Amino acid sequence: MAAQTAVISAKNLYKVFNATASEAVTALQNVTLDIHAGEFISLIGPSGCGKSTLLRLIADLTTASQGDLTVNGKTPHQARLDRDYGMVFQAATLYDWRSVLHNVQLPLEIMGYSRKDRDSRAREMLDLVELGKFANHYPWQLSGGMQQRVSIARALAFEPSILLMDEPFGALDEFTRERMNMELLRIWERTKITLVFVTHSISEAVFLSSRIVVMSPRPGRITQIIENDLPYPRVFETRETPQFFEKITTVRELLREAHEAL
Amino acid sequence: MAQTTLDFSPAKTTWMDRVQYYAPTLLIAVCVIGAWEILVRVLNIQQFLLPRPSAILRELMGEIALAVNGQSILFEAVGATAWSAVGGFTVGSLLGIVIALVTARWTVVSEALMPFAIAANSVPIIAFAPIMNNWFGLTNPASKIAIVSIIVFFPVMINTVRGLTLVDPMQLELMHSYAARPFKILFALRIPNTLPYVFSALRVTSSLSVIGAVVGEFFGGPRATLGVFITQEASGFNFARAWAAIIMAALIGISFYLLVLFAERRIMPWHSSLREPA
Repeated sequence: MAAQTAVISAKNLYKVFNATASEAVTALQNVTLDIHAGEFISLIGPSGCGKSTLLRLIADLTTASQGDLTVNGKTPHQARLDRDYGMVFQAATLYDWRSVLHNVQLPLEIMGYSRKDRDSRAREMLDLVELGKFANHYPWQLSGGMQQRVSIARALAFEPSILLMDEPFGALDEFTRERMNMELLRIWERTKITLVFVTHSISEAVFLSSRIVVMSPRPGRITQIIENDLPYPRVFETRETPQFFEKITTVRELLREAHEAL
Repeated sequence: MAQTTLDFSPAKTTWMDRVQYYAPTLLIAVCVIGAWEILVRVLNIQQFLLPRPSAILRELMGEIALAVNGQSILFEAVGATAWSAVGGFTVGSLLGIVIALVTARWTVVSEALMPFAIAANSVPIIAFAPIMNNWFGLTNPASKIAIVSIIVFFPVMINTVRGLTLVDPMQLELMHSYAARPFKILFALRIPNTLPYVFSALRVTSSLSVIGAVVGEFFGGPRATLGVFITQEASGFNFARAWAAIIMAALIGISFYLLVLFAERRIMPWHSSLREPA
């Protein structure tokens, strides 16, 4: 693992909000993390632990106060300009005035794909998230889970090498969430994309990821990184194995220790 | 997947549904007009206080008969006033939208201008009508178009600026994640986001523009305009004729409003207020 070059590499990363004011908040303190090609990384921790901030730093939606961060060997800014990553937000953020198909085509339009490529790529992506039949529907005609699947199709449409997801299933009910988890694993296994996934659900992190980054707040920092050796492909029954419960317990203990140390 | 059985096509409205939907409204209208007619007769109300609906209708029918030969002053007035309202509405809203687009491009400019626009919007602009009559000439339609334009301009401009600037931050971050250029963000996100704001202003100003035109004409204008027609017939004690003109002014306002609603439905059927029940 160590010899392999990292797709995303953070070294002694700091992010301080209101640095000049007396109420300065250290959102991230001394974060060092290497993410390799094809990994499924979960960032987990209570609110205020900086997991979303770390994701936004990788996405170049905010900038670090100190430290080094590279994405595909470039600055996050250059990686954003090169459209190296796709992003899925908490809300589906679909445009009401565009049909499902045209929503998926949005990034392709911005990136100057030809009309023919836009259409075929968008349809391919909708098939990938099993919404091919809904191409001509409008977002409000879909359930919350279906909307979020459209937004995943949109993020993958231009074939980025990295997928960043910020609590994408947080607003969904438990059943929909579990189905979406299965779907996401299937997509990840098919596309071999590098995935960084922010969540506050322990079972979601354990079920999905190959490595779990446990974070704690005030100041936001990494407590521990856990290798998740549950074998892939993970299926519905995986959630019922003793190994699954063991991992859940490990993560829960770590989160509690971090909480008690405050 | 199970969802494929869901039917998202708009609910079918039958002829009977429509009758059932509009029947209460029609019933109220018939009751009010009937009560008006009966009360005026029973209480023996003087016609200069409140003419009977039947008398107003007789005036209207007489004018329609004249209109066939092109001799109806009332219908000539309807045309002239509607033209002032539509002209002013078009000029005012186009200016409002264009200036909003230009100033929203530079946030500093729009932020500096907005307090003035909001202040101007709460001024009774109709008070400027005599000034406009003086500037453009009493009988020149441009004076009425000018006053209507000013009335329409401010609400449209304010709402357009709001729509262009009040964009969901997450939607903007999505655009940034694609490294989209400002020009693309404007056309793909800001302008569609603005449409509901613009249309809510246009709905209000469609009615305001008829009010502006008629009140502008109260201060003087050609004989064949509704404002002048109403003042002259009222001062000549021909109240049924004045009422006939008032009803025509109301009809202009209502049809104008419905026209804007129709355009809204065509241009943004996706908006939450206009969606067909799923």
